[in-house]
Amino acid sequence: MIEVRQLRKRFRDQQVLDGVDLTIEKGESLVIIGRSGGGKSVLLKHIVGLTHPDSGQVLVDGQDISHLNERELLAVRRKFGMLFQSAALFDSLTVEENIAFVLARERNHTPAEIARRVAEALEMVELPGTQKKKPAELSGGMRKRVGLARAIIYQPEVVFYDEPTTGLDPVVSDSIDKLIVRVCDRLKVTTVVITHDMRSMQTVGHRVAMLHQGRIYTSGTPEELMAATDPVVSRFVRGISDEKEHAF
Amino acid sequence: MTDLPAQVIRSVLTGLGRFSLMVMEVVRSLTTQRLSGRDLVGQLYFIGVKSQTVVLVTGAFTGMVLCAQTYFQFHKVKMDTATLAVVSVSMCGELGPVLTALMVAGRVGASMAAELGTMKVTEQIDALRTLATHPIDYLVVPRVVATMIAVPLLTAESITIGITAAYLVGVHLLQIDPGYSLVNMQRFTDHRDVLMGFIKSFIFGGIIATTGCYKGIHCGQGAEGVGHATTEAVVYASIAILMSNFFLTLLLTRLLALI
Repeated sequence: MIEVRQLRKRFRDQQVLDGVDLTIEKGESLVIIGRSGGGKSVLLKHIVGLTHPDSGQVLVDGQDISHLNERELLAVRRKFGMLFQSAALFDSLTVEENIAFVLARERNHTPAEIARRVAEALEMVELPGTQKKKPAELSGGMRKRVGLARAIIYQPEVVFYDEPTTGLDPVVSDSIDKLIVRVCDRLKVTTVVITHDMRSMQTVGHRVAMLHQGRIYTSGTPEELMAATDPVVSRFVRGISDEKEHAF
Repeated sequence: MTDLPAQVIRSVLTGLGRFSLMVMEVVRSLTTQRLSGRDLVGQLYFIGVKSQTVVLVTGAFTGMVLCAQTYFQFHKVKMDTATLAVVSVSMCGELGPVLTALMVAGRVGASMAAELGTMKVTEQIDALRTLATHPIDYLVVPRVVATMIAVPLLTAESITIGITAAYLVGVHLLQIDPGYSLVNMQRFTDHRDVLMGFIKSFIFGGIIATTGCYKGIHCGQGAEGVGHATTEAVVYASIAILMSNFFLTLLLTRLLALI
């Protein structure tokens, strides 16, 4: 279980996170929504330990990771898999080397075992036979699939997705959403998705939390949020801008 | 405006602090983590083998021009046969290590900063961290170790080719007596000069790699950030090499005199 308590983070003059409280239960699929630039990715980076907060706590299975150093965090991150918005594949490595990265560095797996697990991971993300390709040869959707295969091959407990459908066409976005659901169901992992894609939210989320003005404004099931009458939530889920404020 | 000096001082001190922490982490990694042989060989190939041309050309032409200039001055006082001795001592203790290091800083330091900087802005370094891999272990340590091995070897090559080129220019072009020149060269160049060059180049290798990696890992956002990091990696490494060379010469001359 992951618990975020009163998390605050300021970048220069901007208070990005202003007392975020959030609990992520084991096995659930949580979607975090919010406006662009509203701090969703910053929150995710705090949960994974890539950024340190100004104040507040991030508890992973009861352990406060907000003050751990980089080496101490490595062990905690072994529980996590993360798919970045840009997929963040290593340019200089092939698809196979990217996916096998963690296993190859653990040094206790045979080459045959690594090859088998890479093939299985590629099978799961529906990209069999692409082992020898370089990231530059892949489309946006394929890169995300490889990024996901890399994130799940070492069987993490929690998989984080940072805007997994951003920049993809609706058909590819839908296939990525279905892939997220399949991975969640088949591997029984906790899933945390950052998105502002409402269709994606409804497909993958068991529960939705909305980040607004640096705090969790509301949370509930996707259906509850879609039916919400609160003007902030309602405008966001329907994609209606407020004429009184800039939408960018 | 009044805060500007304070901001500059804070920025410099922050940079030095981060740099020191990175160097400490490199030392910690070297003593506690296993270095990947494959990563090290890859870096040795890129830094050592791929730098051959630039280092050999620099060494050869430096030796040749040094020989010609020295000869033109020494010829006036009838000291022609001391020319190659001056070339030899200069190449071993100063010019060989410094010029090789400057050339490697331009080629390798810039490349390290650009590569790591691009990895940073495309979130590849964050991806490494989420894959339970310390960026220092995977990216920095193999580069630092490979540079500290490669630069002394490249320096030895540069010195050898520089002295050989100077000999050919001196003997065949400027008609210096080869026998007396070789005797004088051996008489005035001793093992301390060679050792000094070797120690300096080892330290310069460390400066090049740590500066390049530091600038890459801490580069700013976007293409502009990578561009700045690349430029700064070369400029800072070059300045550090030239400044430390002066102090190393003073220190090593005294220390090696005890041997």
